[in-house]
Amino acid sequence: MTDIGSFKVKTGLAEMLKGGVIMDVTTPEQAIIAEEAGACAVMALERVPSDIRAEGGVARMADPTIIQNIMAVVSIPVMAKARIGHFVEARILEALGADYIDESEVLTPADDAYHINKHDFKVPFVCGCRNLGEALRRIGEGAAMIRTKGEPGTGNVVEAVRHMRTVMSEIRALTLMPKEELMSAAKDMGAPYDLVLYVAEHGKLPVVNFAAGGIATPADAALMMQLGVDGIFVGSGIFKSGDPKARAKAIVMATTHYNDAKLLAEISKDLGQPMSGIEISTLTEAQRMQERGW
Amino acid sequence: MKKRVGVLALQGAFREHRQVLEQLGCNVVEVRKTSDLDEIQGLIIPGGESTTIGKLLRIDEMGEKIKELGAKDMPIFGTCAGMILLSKTIVDSEQYRLNLMDTVVERNAFGRQVASFETDLLVPALGHNPLRAVFIRAPYLREVAPNVGILAEYNGKIVFVRQGNLLASAFHPELTPDFRVHQYFLNMIDEH
Repeated sequence: MTDIGSFKVKTGLAEMLKGGVIMDVTTPEQAIIAEEAGACAVMALERVPSDIRAEGGVARMADPTIIQNIMAVVSIPVMAKARIGHFVEARILEALGADYIDESEVLTPADDAYHINKHDFKVPFVCGCRNLGEALRRIGEGAAMIRTKGEPGTGNVVEAVRHMRTVMSEIRALTLMPKEELMSAAKDMGAPYDLVLYVAEHGKLPVVNFAAGGIATPADAALMMQLGVDGIFVGSGIFKSGDPKARAKAIVMATTHYNDAKLLAEISKDLGQPMSGIEISTLTEAQRMQERGW
Repeated sequence: MKKRVGVLALQGAFREHRQVLEQLGCNVVEVRKTSDLDEIQGLIIPGGESTTIGKLLRIDEMGEKIKELGAKDMPIFGTCAGMILLSKTIVDSEQYRLNLMDTVVERNAFGRQVASFETDLLVPALGHNPLRAVFIRAPYLREVAPNVGILAEYNGKIVFVRQGNLLASAFHPELTPDFRVHQYFLNMIDEH
């Protein structure tokens, strides 16, 4: 029996992206630079997160033309973002042939209570999380891939680190609990019980987990890999830097050779100006995109 | 003695191959540097993005070393991106390749991700029971030279082949609990 778009082929594509870097791009020219640098996928956008942050207003799904023009020039997977809860934007992206949909807090949420029922789609979804409960709620809704939220568009890795450390320590805690404690743990973190049982038994999420939100240097990428993520999303960090080509290539190499400090030293040389960052404490709560998601 | 089998660990689903090989009793070497290729008896090139893996293979001439080992009869098994990298001809692409198999491969030949699928595949070399095969943005072989043996086709498309010491599949045997494909590859190492 042939099964198209099964959960296995959805999570399977994420497995194939592991150890790789997914780069935000806004034009076909940027997409070509990303592919040339060794990106394992690109995220097609109208504006990168730091511009969304600077310009304000409502951020929506990109114009389909932008996505199609990018799909036309690269052979690697092309992802695109839909607003939280906006299942019609997701249907449009699916119809365009996007390879993955990011139901993303970078865009302005379309629903202030519910996320998309992602099981309903043939196209796989990736969603952000700050902690294990949030990750398991999204997987329960059908996400086939998870990423940290971090704080998008800041070039500041601190939030991604915090989210990854939180997820990992909550996973470790579950593996040590006797079974009778797991139902209460599921209740406390607001996560589906069957997924809590899975994590307690296997000591890991049932899907691939990438880092996102604030990664700006090869060292940032290697740091997140050493903390245990499966791969890296870079948003504004590449095309808002002084030398996108060199930086893109360096981040790809650092993601493969994350444990080789000597090589990381070589890779990190002469990359020009990184994107200028934002200190998180200067953001008001309303400016923190990571608070979006339920 | 346990077999020492390498899994190219530059990018992609190398962890799943390692887990299967370990369950089959192998010593697994994750190959990240050219020197990791010393002392392995066989190599698996996993699924991933063939352009990404190709870029990373150019560093320190690792790809050249793999070519040399493949030409010297070391068993190599490529899955999906690995099949693309092993092929001499890639339709409409100038991307880096290992240039070892006399095959013409087409990338993303079944379509984009929304067309990815799993199916039951008949592989006579592995016995009567069909193999559950997972195809993800998968390639297939448009043409193969007469010295390439076809092990399986899906809807008339060539998806599993062997050429002497080289084995290539368009699907992902590392994502299913059926280990017959990996066992077949380990038998090739034994024959060798």
